Amino acid sequence: MKNRILSVLGGALAIAGITLVLGTSNVALASGGGHSPAKQSWSFAGPFGQYDKAQLRRGFQVFKEICAACHGMKYVAFRNLAQPGGPEFTEDEAKAIAAEYSVVDGPNADGEMFDRPAKLSDRWPSPFPNDESAKVANNGAVPPDFSLLAKARAPERGFPWFVFDIFTTYQENGPDYIYALLHGYHDEPPHGIEIPDGLFYNEVFVGGPAIAMVKPIDDGMIEYADGTEPTLDNYSRDVAAFMMWAAEPSLNTRKRTGTAVILYLIVLGALVYLAKRRVWSSVDH
Amino acid sequence: MSGHSTFQPKNRVVKWIEERLPVFSLMHGQFIAFPTPKNLNYWWTFGGILSVMLVVQIVTGIVLVMHYAPSTQIAFGSIEHIMRDVNWGWLLRYLHSNGASMFFIAVYIHIFRGLYYGSYKSPREILWILGVVIYLVMMATGFMGYVLPWGQMSFWGATVITNLFSAIPLVGETIVTWLWGGFSVDNPTLNRFFSLHYLLPFVLAAVVGLHVWALHVVGQNNPAGVEPKSAKDTVPFTPFATLKDGFGIIVFMIFYAWFVFYLPNYLGHPDNYTLADPLKTPAHIVPEWYYLPFYAILRAIPDKLGGVIAMFAAILVLFFLPWLDTSKVRSTRYRPLYKQFFWVLVVVSVLLGWLGAKPAEGIYVILARICTVYYFAHFLVILPLLGLIEKPKPLPASISEAVLAKHKGGAGAASAAASAPETRG
Repeated sequence: MKNRILSVLGGALAIAGITLVLGTSNVALASGGGHSPAKQSWSFAGPFGQYDKAQLRRGFQVFKEICAACHGMKYVAFRNLAQPGGPEFTEDEAKAIAAEYSVVDGPNADGEMFDRPAKLSDRWPSPFPNDESAKVANNGAVPPDFSLLAKARAPERGFPWFVFDIFTTYQENGPDYIYALLHGYHDEPPHGIEIPDGLFYNEVFVGGPAIAMVKPIDDGMIEYADGTEPTLDNYSRDVAAFMMWAAEPSLNTRKRTGTAVILYLIVLGALVYLAKRRVWSSVDH
Repeated sequence: MSGHSTFQPKNRVVKWIEERLPVFSLMHGQFIAFPTPKNLNYWWTFGGILSVMLVVQIVTGIVLVMHYAPSTQIAFGSIEHIMRDVNWGWLLRYLHSNGASMFFIAVYIHIFRGLYYGSYKSPREILWILGVVIYLVMMATGFMGYVLPWGQMSFWGATVITNLFSAIPLVGETIVTWLWGGFSVDNPTLNRFFSLHYLLPFVLAAVVGLHVWALHVVGQNNPAGVEPKSAKDTVPFTPFATLKDGFGIIVFMIFYAWFVFYLPNYLGHPDNYTLADPLKTPAHIVPEWYYLPFYAILRAIPDKLGGVIAMFAAILVLFFLPWLDTSKVRSTRYRPLYKQFFWVLVVVSVLLGWLGAKPAEGIYVILARICTVYYFAHFLVILPLLGLIEKPKPLPASISEAVLAKHKGGAGAASAAASAPETRG
C-alpha cells in the first residue's frame, strides 16, 4: 500500500515537473515592456466558452470604423463574416460590407489591372499597398495585420501561474493584452522616461514604453449600432473579442467537439477499465 | 523469451498463406501469446502510448502535407489556409503540433521509467541503445517540423541551432553553409527540412520496429527487476497487456485532447504566429520545451564549442549507460541509495528545463552550471561508484514471490522484498 502511495506521489511529482518545463516555453516573451495584463472575463474562455455574436458584431464595427484605417486583416475573407461561429452576418449583409471596399484585380483582356468592388471570396484588403508606404504614414512602424494578432501577443505568465493555466484552460492572454493596451495610454510618461518625438507612452506595450500608434480610440468616438454604451472600456473589450475570432475562427466548433471527444473517451476508458479488471481478476498480480 | 506460437490455422485461406509466409503465427506469437510479466505497472503502458503517438503523427502529417506548401513565400499562409479553409484543418494541425509535445512527454516518462527499473541492463543493452537512437531521431524530426510554419520562432530557432555547427573548428562555416543550402536560413533550408521531416518519421518507424524486435527477444523487464522463472510469472500479452495498455492509452488520449481542444496554443510560442522576418530578431529565442534542458546545458558552458560538445555529450552519455551503471540489481525498489539519486536526477533535469527558458544571465547561469555538472556527475561518477558501495536489499526469488509479498505485506510493509520472510537478511 505504502509503495502504491509512493509511486502515485512520484507520478504526481513527475507530472508537476513536466508541466513546469512545458509552461516555461511560453514564458520567455516580452520582458521589454511594462505590466502583465489583468485577466478579463470573456464569453469564449474555459472549456465551454463560445463567442458572443453580438459582441463580435460590435467589435467588427470598432475595427471597421477605427482600426481598419491603418490595420489590415489579410487572412480573413468577407465570406467569413457570414460563417457560423463568427459575427454571423447574413450573406446579403456580408456582400454589402464587401461591396464597400475595392480590390485590385486583373489583368483584363487589355493587359490592365483594374479596381472592382470586393466579393465574398475576397480577403480583407490592406489599407496600405506595401510595408514601405505603411511606414511612411506611421512614424516608421508598420501597423500589424489583425488576422493573427490575438494569438501572436501573449505576455509571459510566470511560475506558478502557467501551471494553474493548464487546469483553468487559460488561453486568453492575447485579448487580455489588447484590452490592456488600449487602456495603457497616458498623456504624460512617468518621471524619468523619455518618449521620442512622434511616439506615445503606453505602459502595457510589449516593445514599449514608446509606441508609434497614437491613442486610437476614446469614449464616445463611435455610436454602437445596438445601442451599447459607447465607452472606451466597451470598445476595447469588443474589439479584442473580435480580434480573437479573427485569429481563431473555429473556436466554437473546437470547444464543442472537444467536450464530445473527452466525454466519449471517458466512457470508453471506463468500459475498458472494467474489462481489464475482469480479465485480470483471475491472476494474482 | 520470444513467444513460440502454437498457432494452428483452421481457415483454409489462412493456412495457404501461412505455409508460404508465416505472418499469422508471427503476429500470434508476438502480440497474442507473447509472455508478459504479470507485475507490470502503468508506467509500462508508455511503450504502447508511444506507438500510438507515432501513428497519429504520421497520419495527421500525411494529410497536412496535402495542404501545406514548403516555400518561404507561402508556407505561413498555407498554414492559415489549413486553419481557416480546409475542412477540420484546425483539428489536423492542432493534433499534429500538440502531438509532438505529447510524443515527447511520453518518451520522457518512458526513459525515466527505464532509468528507475534498470531496463537498460544486461541483456537489454541493445534495446536501450535503439531507444536512444529513436529519441535522437525524434529530436531531429521535431526540430525540422517546427521550422515548417515559417513563423518568427521557426526562423530564428533554425538559425540559432544550425549556427551551432559553426563552432566546429576549420570546417564549421562550410558545414553550416551546406546545411542551409546557401548563406542564411532561406528557401533551400525550408525545402530540405520539409523533405527530411517527411522522411525521418519512417526511419523512426523502422527503428521502432527494431526496438520492438529486440524487446521481444529479451522480453520485458518488470518492476521487480528479476527475470520470469516459470509460466506462473507471466500472462499472455492478449488479453492481459492489450487491455491494460488500451486503458493507459485512452487516459493519455484524454490528456492529449485536453490540450488539443482547450489549450491548443499553450505549448507553442506566440511569436510563431508572426511571419518570419530575417531583419527582426525576437527578444528571446527559445526552442520548444522538449529541448530546453539541453539548451540550458549548451548555454551553461562559457565557450561556444565547449557548449555544443556538452550538449551533444548529454545525450551521447546515455548510449554508455548500460556499462556506466555497475550495479547488478535492476529495480530501484531494491537500491535504497540509487533511489535517492534517481529523484535528484529527475529534479535536476526539470530544473535544467526551466533554466533553458530563462535568459542566460545572473543566477540562472550559475544554477545551470551547477545542474550541468551534476547531470554529468550522475552518469560518470555516481552511477559507477554506487554499484560498488551500495548494499542492495534482498531480491525476491521470482516475480510471483514479489507479488505474493506485496499482497501479504499489508499496509505496513516498506517494500515487497523486505516483507518476504525467506529473503529477509
